[in-house]
Amino acid sequence: MIESHRGHSLWFAFILHRLSGIGLALFLPVHFYMLSLALTDPGQLDGFLAFTDLLLVKWAEFGLVFLLAVHMFGGMRLMALEFLPWSPRQKTYAAMVVALAFFVSTGFFLQAI
Amino acid sequence: MVDTETFLDVSIWRDQGGDGHFETYQVPRLANQTILDVVSWVQQHIDPTLSYRFACRVGMCGSCAMMVNGEPRWTCRTHVKKVVVEDCLEIAPLRNLPVIKDLVVDMDPFFDKWVAANAVFEPSRTRDDPMAPITPDDPMRIVADGAIECINCAVCYAACDVVAANPEYLGPAALNRSWSLVNDSRDAGQAQRLHAVSAGGGCHNCHSQQSCAKFCPNELNPTLSISGLKRATLKSLLRWDR
Repeated sequence: MIESHRGHSLWFAFILHRLSGIGLALFLPVHFYMLSLALTDPGQLDGFLAFTDLLLVKWAEFGLVFLLAVHMFGGMRLMALEFLPWSPRQKTYAAMVVALAFFVSTGFFLQAI
Repeated sequence: MVDTETFLDVSIWRDQGGDGHFETYQVPRLANQTILDVVSWVQQHIDPTLSYRFACRVGMCGSCAMMVNGEPRWTCRTHVKKVVVEDCLEIAPLRNLPVIKDLVVDMDPFFDKWVAANAVFEPSRTRDDPMAPITPDDPMRIVADGAIECINCAVCYAACDVVAANPEYLGPAALNRSWSLVNDSRDAGQAQRLHAVSAGGGCHNCHSQQSCAKFCPNELNPTLSISGLKRATLKSLLRWDR
């Protein structure tokens, strides 16, 4: 349950960073397993690559690229927060992280379809 | 001016030895009314056994903080009209601290962590030495200025999810005080302080959710202070500063 003391943009920036990190941690083992099929079972890999041409999978990839981008830019925001002189524009930076991630993932999606 | 036509539905946390629950009271709504006024009205007119803390009533002593509609607030300076939702209020003891009775929490864990964070001035001179001159435009003094004026109300401590998840975490207030001392050129205990604030439960546990800064009634920014401690401890580790 989201309590009201958590209802502010920088807390949402935290939870977005945490959830995107968990999402990527779950994705990466599957990703590496599928890549390993190039060595162990190329036929199965080709079948999977054909499956990824489906529009539904492209949408899922859009979500994946969004998670990657939002986690990368969010990580840069946190490193800037911790290692650079303090800026009072923390909410602006958090909004920029989401905007940049949306820009990158939408760009990917438009190229993919 | 009293508007007796309107009443507030006030749910107040009652707890006398582990039977914690909300009880609802009808409190007349006034034109100018703080949350502390509401709690006092219940205690004076409905149930004299209701326990709560306050002292100064003007936002200086830091003793009256409570959770109001799920958010930590200094109740003496929080007007009902600012936080009321459809004539309803929910008032509970501060989060992250053990409840003694009703709205009174045990502040010992909070202040124990100030000691654990070495958030105590260590003098480098004796009373026989001349006073150390520190000018208002001294860069360290300017940084320290941003971290003083804490009233020890524990609002930041109650707002912090890291404190909730990790009972060892020193919390925003203690670390903020340590940061003000790290920027005190008269202090002789810096090495031990940086060790204390970077040990388990120290500044590196902070997830920068910044709820402390959002809710601090004196508009301090403990996240800024904690990020300063993170840099100071890293510099100390890499020996950039000594």
